[in-house]
Amino acid sequence: MRRDARLLVVLAALVAALALASLLTGPAGAGPRAGLQALWTGEGPLGIVLREIRAPRTVLAIMVGASLGLSGAALQGYLRNPLAEPGLIGISASAALGAVIAIQAGVSALALGVPFAALGGALGGVALILGLAGRRAGGLGLILGGIAVSALAGALTALVLNLSPNPFAAYDIMFWTMGSLADRSWGHVLTAAPLMLAGWLALARTGRDLDALSLGEEAAASMGVNLPRLRLAVVLGSAAAVGAATAVVGAIGFVGLVVPHLLRGAVGAMPSRLLPASGLGGAALVLAADVAVRMILPERDLKLGVMMALVGAPVFLHLIWRTQAGR
Amino acid sequence: MVSLRALTVLALAAGLAVPAGAEPPKRVVSMNLCTDQLAMALAAPGQLISVSYIARDPRASAMVEEALRYPVNRGRAEEVYLLHPDLVLAGSFGGPAVAMLHRLGVPVVEVAPPTSLDEARKAIAQVGAALGRSEEAAAMIAAFDRELAELSRPVGPDVPTAATWGPNGYSVAGDTLAGDIMRRAGFSLVTDRLGMDTSGYVPLEVLVMAQPDLIVTGTPYPGNSRAEEVLDHPALDRLDGRVLRVPDALWTCALPRSLEALAMLSAEAEALR
Repeated sequence: MRRDARLLVVLAALVAALALASLLTGPAGAGPRAGLQALWTGEGPLGIVLREIRAPRTVLAIMVGASLGLSGAALQGYLRNPLAEPGLIGISASAALGAVIAIQAGVSALALGVPFAALGGALGGVALILGLAGRRAGGLGLILGGIAVSALAGALTALVLNLSPNPFAAYDIMFWTMGSLADRSWGHVLTAAPLMLAGWLALARTGRDLDALSLGEEAAASMGVNLPRLRLAVVLGSAAAVGAATAVVGAIGFVGLVVPHLLRGAVGAMPSRLLPASGLGGAALVLAADVAVRMILPERDLKLGVMMALVGAPVFLHLIWRTQAGR
Repeated sequence: MVSLRALTVLALAAGLAVPAGAEPPKRVVSMNLCTDQLAMALAAPGQLISVSYIARDPRASAMVEEALRYPVNRGRAEEVYLLHPDLVLAGSFGGPAVAMLHRLGVPVVEVAPPTSLDEARKAIAQVGAALGRSEEAAAMIAAFDRELAELSRPVGPDVPTAATWGPNGYSVAGDTLAGDIMRRAGFSLVTDRLGMDTSGYVPLEVLVMAQPDLIVTGTPYPGNSRAEEVLDHPALDRLDGRVLRVPDALWTCALPRSLEALAMLSAEAEALR
């Protein structure tokens, strides 16, 4: 337990350091001291940049990363499969479809209806996956189902955006499929927060039941775990957290895959210990990726999905190789 | 045979180049938004037989009502050819359709889209000459010059700054009609201060740091897009600068009506003094 606490403190410190870096990175320039001073006083144009542009971006990166990390850990614990991840199994893509439909139907992008529509889309995606692959699906079934759902949701998203009367909507396809934190505001933070918090709460309470489930379904049932309720909590919690995140920043893949994978060694195989660590680890990873996209191309909006795929795809391939080899 | 056809084409082209005394064209088709509007303003009754469909789009066209009186075309070589025009007006980016009309021997006058108010005068004269309506064009240019002189403001050292701010943060530079109009109204362009020679994307942070005295936005499209969300970012509300909405149609093409945009901006510059 003490080792866990130390890991969480280290991760929290990492998140804090990366948040600071995120606050101080951007095309407006300005040194660290001037930046922090402007953040404190809120004066002048730099104050506006720090408080209205970079601060919400940083907070949103933490929230989105935590959502994706938590969901990844919970889904992997529940499905007992290291490949289960909101992006790979199509939850993110179907959440994006839900959000796009709501926005194009006339819901303001900053209204609470958008995260709820994304939740609806995400639930649709989960239902399809569980229906297609079954709950005891092996890695292959899950991945194949995920490919199908992602492809379908991605195609429908592109279709909806192409049918929009707004010619710029078609350019948004990149945003919805690759994700970006550029130019978000406090409005987006407030839009996503309620549903995201609800998702976190639901997921955080699944830890002990998931521990029991890691011994097998029968063992878990004999220990008094209510399996249908656990399933509801994992599915609804992930869909709410990922849906709310996707509704404001688009679909960001691989976070839920990479983070639990990296941390599993440090916390042992216990889902209850992996959950908080994955939440913090996800926040750190998304912050790092968002700092990186601004360092590589400060003047442009390089999508987060590009960075995440660069990190995530090798991990993914490694996991497949290990699953196939039965190691 | 071939040389004979080539000679005909040459003769036609020569006929266009010397409109004075020559028979003015009777069936004129315009396939570009900017030539559409100049032709509608200058042509004799019955002379213009079709304009492009974009002339009816209120977002882009400043002459929607007039355009409703003309059949529209979509700028395809086939449909334009079948209208049997004796003159086609096109922009300079006509592409394969214009190339094909040239091959078919249809006389085409290509009018470069004006990137300044000075070039607007040239475009008016060019379309007027092609239509055989040089007198009307001269009158239009004279009125244009009078109004332009009234609305232009001197450029001094302490002029206010302005930036256009469009979807994804697109901002025009001085080499465009909008940039020229803003300068004439007495503004210095933020894009100039940022060292941008051509229009491009300005990150939101950079725009805020530049603290423009005036932010000029256009007409938003119906439906939602993330590209346009940046126009409503709360950081812009915190800036001291004023925000002015200039309808895009006024300066998409250089027209006499472009001076309305100049008037709006001149009034802002006056208020900022």
